[in-house]
Amino acid sequence: MLKISKLNAKIDNKEILKNFSLNINPGEVHAIMGPNGSGKSTLSNILSGKKGYDVSGEVLFEEKDLFEFETEERAHKGIFLAFQYPLEIPGVNTNIFLKTSLNAVRKARGEKELDAIEFLKLVKKKSRELKFDEDKLNRQLNVGFSGGEKKKNEILQMSLLAPKLSILDETDSGLDIDALKIVADGVNALRDDKNSFLIITHYQRLLDYIKPDYVHVLMNGKIVKSGGAELALELEKKGYENFH
Amino acid sequence: MDNRQKEIDNLKDYKYGFTTDIENTRAPKGLNEDVIKFISNIKKEPRWMLDFRLKAYERFKQLKEPNWQKPKYPKIDYQDLYYYSAPKSMDDKPKSLDELDPKLLETYKKLGIPLQEQARLNGIAVDAVFDSVSVATTFREELTKQGIIFCPISEAIQNHPELVKKYLGSVIPTTDHFFATLNSAVFTDGSFAYIPEGVRCPMELSTYFRINASNTGQFERTLIIADKGSYVSYLEGCTAPMRDENQLHAANVELIALDDAEIKYSTVQNWYPGDKDGKGGIYNFVTKRGLCKGKNSKISWTQVETGSAITWKYPSCILKGDNSVGEFYSIAITNNHQKADTGTKMIHLGKNTKSKIISKGISAGFSDMTYRGLVDISSRASNSNNYTQCDSLLMGNKCGAHTVPYIKNKNSESNIAHEATTSKISDEQLHYCQQRGLSAEEAVSLIVNGFCKEVLQQLPMEFAVEAQKLVGISLEGSVG
Repeated sequence: MLKISKLNAKIDNKEILKNFSLNINPGEVHAIMGPNGSGKSTLSNILSGKKGYDVSGEVLFEEKDLFEFETEERAHKGIFLAFQYPLEIPGVNTNIFLKTSLNAVRKARGEKELDAIEFLKLVKKKSRELKFDEDKLNRQLNVGFSGGEKKKNEILQMSLLAPKLSILDETDSGLDIDALKIVADGVNALRDDKNSFLIITHYQRLLDYIKPDYVHVLMNGKIVKSGGAELALELEKKGYENFH
Repeated sequence: MDNRQKEIDNLKDYKYGFTTDIENTRAPKGLNEDVIKFISNIKKEPRWMLDFRLKAYERFKQLKEPNWQKPKYPKIDYQDLYYYSAPKSMDDKPKSLDELDPKLLETYKKLGIPLQEQARLNGIAVDAVFDSVSVATTFREELTKQGIIFCPISEAIQNHPELVKKYLGSVIPTTDHFFATLNSAVFTDGSFAYIPEGVRCPMELSTYFRINASNTGQFERTLIIADKGSYVSYLEGCTAPMRDENQLHAANVELIALDDAEIKYSTVQNWYPGDKDGKGGIYNFVTKRGLCKGKNSKISWTQVETGSAITWKYPSCILKGDNSVGEFYSIAITNNHQKADTGTKMIHLGKNTKSKIISKGISAGFSDMTYRGLVDISSRASNSNNYTQCDSLLMGNKCGAHTVPYIKNKNSESNIAHEATTSKISDEQLHYCQQRGLSAEEAVSLIVNGFCKEVLQQLPMEFAVEAQKLVGISLEGSVG
């Protein structure tokens, strides 16, 4: 599904990703772990289409050159990024944002757009599943939301948009244990033999609830070690220092 | 890009930019007593009206054009303009829509304002002003049944002289200032509305202003009187063809609310803004003032200003009656090389008077926006208060936003609160929206509409959706 080969990325002439390669097949869950500044967020930014990076190498999504597509086109094709710091948009009602987003994606995918009633029914059902406070749906997008609520809102959006590839950028940071479980439940509910996940995290904790197929250790812009779920536990024990 | 292509591209952005090819009757070019007499004569005005105009003209000759505003413009040659232009077919006033030149009907149909009975907008009475003349007013009979007068001001001068004489110039005196005085001398047409005591006007009244002829100034005059205990909601819309020259629109609008009356006045201004390089566009220099004459009266201005090369206006309220209320809700958007200097004046004279100002300014491209507002609480206006909220949103780094509040409080029992913010649509916000499947333009439209929501909510429902779309369209091309 996603094939990254020899990806190099620079910002302001600083090299961040160096010869980075990764292959994700349909249905797989990959975790990328690494210390601060190792290039984790750069990877998610580049995959989502954020501008400002000087990039070389190749990224194929479903056999097509990802760099040919604008950010929104990548979203239409099924790439979703749960942001590390979800943005606040004052004045924009959360429900309206979610509906606009969902219908933009549905339209691009050739599906029927939902009317207000159909949408509300769907969003209420999803909110209940994710224990997302329904009152928040009528508030301004992410304005005044706690850290945990913002992250749950990301998972709610993920669940609505039904992506093929979901990238979770440190979604677990700042979450208490209950919120962590809810986020994990959201991810697990979407898991099947077609949907893939790339989970970026500092800690092993989230992986107790979302069992990855592969774990990669990212240091200084490169994958230094790959393994199964047990690698995360090893990492937790030893610390990143010992992977130098 | 060749000119033809440019024209096509512009048309895409400004769909009202077409010209109606029609034969006109014009006043001789230039400004003098003879031209004023020509206008007065062609409108078959009584002597008192001509005197009103000539008095204003005498005053005008002594006035200097102001120059304190932020947007500067090249000197206007007032002798190089036509002050009256009307379709020839209007010379012998058509008695019904059937007699109206089909080209005019077609024009309004194209603008989305069908005038024919079968196609009329539901629940909205329209007065259609084309250059210097009102071509049609719908739903008049229905309104007459309730004693409501809604007609072109040129007709009101003939048929309701007692009302016009009493109120015309009572809020904006003929000596007021350069452009207002010019308007008093040469005004051509506009709407007149009178709502009798205790009547709640059952439909929206609206005027659609269209500038068509080139080299012509449009001098609109509107007068609305809400008698005791009455209510009216009025809306005006404006468009003009695309031309390389700048055209002047200098209107005077006077509102009078008597005891317990309420006037809600909404504007969706979409005059041609000029092309992407700032060539052409309307100079929208307008004087709008409402007088809350009676106690417990209320005047509320809502404006959505997206068009014009330069917008220069301060719809104001004079709160004379005790307990009267003035409101000003504004969205002003400038893109490309547009400029705006707009805001309001709230003059508190009566006791327990209240005013509220909500202003949302959005600037993009190379444009420049100034909010300028006066809140003046006089010494006898005890227990009065004003709340002002003034927010600016910037897009890109080549535009400007300025806030210039003037605050005068001469009464220690009264208070004024002013809040102002300036923000920018960040690249991160755009990226976030795009990641969720919205294009950059859809994202901007969503964010801007959210920013403007408080004001959009004030518009009559029929127009809120249109205005929302307009907000998005006005900012097209401002990102990416």
